[in-house]
Amino acid sequence: MFPIPIDKWKPATRRMYKLTLPVALLIWLLPMIAVLVTSVRSTEELSEGNYWGWPKHFAMFDNYREALTTSPMLHYFWNSVLITVPAVVGSIALAAMAGFALAIYRFRGNSTLFATFVAGNFVPVQVLMIPVRDLSLQLGLFNTVSALILFHVSFQTGFCALFLRNFIKQLPFELVEAARIEGANEWTVFFKIVLPLIRPALAALAILVFTFVWNDYFWALCLTQGDDAAPITVGVAALKGQWTTAWNLVSAGSILAALPSVAMFFAMQKHFVAGLTFGATKG
Amino acid sequence: MSHSVTRHTVSGPAEPGGPGLPTPGGAVRGGKPASSRRRGPSPTARRQRRAAFLFLAPACVMVAIYVVWPILSTIRLSFFNWDGMSEPSFVGLANYVELFHAQTFYTALKNNLIWLLLFLLAPPMGLAVALYLNQAVAGIRIVKSLFFAPFVLSGVVVGLIFSWFYDPTFGLLAVILGHGVPVLGDPRYATFGIVFAALWPQTAYCMILYLTGLTSLNAEQIEAARMEGARGWSMLWHVILPQLRPTTFMAIVVTIIGALRSFDLISVMTSGGPFESSTVLAYYMYDQAIKYYRIGYSAAVAVVLFAIMLVYIVYHLRRMLRAEQ
Repeated sequence: MFPIPIDKWKPATRRMYKLTLPVALLIWLLPMIAVLVTSVRSTEELSEGNYWGWPKHFAMFDNYREALTTSPMLHYFWNSVLITVPAVVGSIALAAMAGFALAIYRFRGNSTLFATFVAGNFVPVQVLMIPVRDLSLQLGLFNTVSALILFHVSFQTGFCALFLRNFIKQLPFELVEAARIEGANEWTVFFKIVLPLIRPALAALAILVFTFVWNDYFWALCLTQGDDAAPITVGVAALKGQWTTAWNLVSAGSILAALPSVAMFFAMQKHFVAGLTFGATKG
Repeated sequence: MSHSVTRHTVSGPAEPGGPGLPTPGGAVRGGKPASSRRRGPSPTARRQRRAAFLFLAPACVMVAIYVVWPILSTIRLSFFNWDGMSEPSFVGLANYVELFHAQTFYTALKNNLIWLLLFLLAPPMGLAVALYLNQAVAGIRIVKSLFFAPFVLSGVVVGLIFSWFYDPTFGLLAVILGHGVPVLGDPRYATFGIVFAALWPQTAYCMILYLTGLTSLNAEQIEAARMEGARGWSMLWHVILPQLRPTTFMAIVVTIIGALRSFDLISVMTSGGPFESSTVLAYYMYDQAIKYYRIGYSAAVAVVLFAIMLVYIVYHLRRMLRAEQ
């Protein structure tokens, strides 16, 4: 283990270490804590210039209610849900099948196809912007959640297929062979043998893709206009322009925008980290 | 160099209904013995080929439509003059010529470079934090997750948090310094201010990579090195870091990609301003297309950005495919 485990330290240093932890954490999260505190501060206090002291009265209820009712925050939030959930389900479904095919079957073009998926991940999204925007306009999907769903499904599929293909490659191939000998067709092999085994990978991907899509801002800007289909990232960013001084409302909106992905992360931490660090220790 | 990826994708089976995915005679894993393979595909092999095709088709169609085709289309558009509505007119290399004479292009390029260089501080900082947190103390798990939390935040939220942190009248920075500095309003500091904000989640990302890397260290090697008297820095440099090489590689990969993709923070914090001083290629491209309807020109910017990234993509792909074989 590196660094030397703390049990082997001198007691004084050990105590020092434990004391520095909360301090370091506080400094690290200071920007976030400030937002949390401001989101419960009343407008009067803010206009008096009390930005950083402890709030005298808590206006949590008022601020959040105002952020929720005077702006279409809830509408944006709902749009985000409508975009994110189908995008996650769609990209994982497509990628599971593609990853399965790339890992199990050998055919000419397999590596090329795989390389295409990998390369697709690294493409700067800006290079896709104009044609995708145009395509959505032509399909009549511009400014609808479907435009965003379709794009996210396609873009995330590459990443997920790469991930799942590597995961399936690590499974013992004998399982597939045994199933085939027993007369299982390919769909059964996929559905009954492989899919149950890759459940942890699917969970890891689901949570990763959820945060990616939920936090997306660029595509939301490109493929929506006005409030109809705008997700919460766009809504919060717009809040800043609208009420440059009403930081308590901006913070309440930010919290709302951050809540689902942070909650997802804490709920499924193990999967999240496993997904994120996949391939970081080998290869 | 710019052909390699596009060539794959044109001739490759990524096309919808691509020409015969699995080729005849292609050995299918777990297929029939070699003798039957010689005389054309066996029924099993044929069935498996069809299965492979069907499993791949939906993903390939979507990727072809939304990733591969747009890249080609953007490259084509960069030779046209187009406002998005009227007929595009072919202008040859005019967009590129204009681009290479535009002051803003060089500003964006310079800022991209600043981003890249400063962003590479994230892996060492992440390593430092990971080493600091790699102890078994009560509650360390929650501390680790809280340290990681900034990464889960959307770029918009991080941008808002830091715009406020920098606010010269009441921001935390003004409180700390005792007087306001308009970081985001000053062309000299704006980019640095944004990169600093972006380093916050990126360091968290690298930290989690290194924390995972640290758990898979070879304990025997470390013990042996300790017996030999290796301590502190020399231990880190000669024993730990070589073992962490895959992690470092991955951390650098994600950091470089992150640096070249930077858009959200710039858009939220400065909109590329003041006077386009904090713009980067990604933002410049967006601005030209959405605000000024200069589609062809902005496609040219995108192609330049893509070309820069392509060097990197090709390097990465070659490394990966070599590791496969």
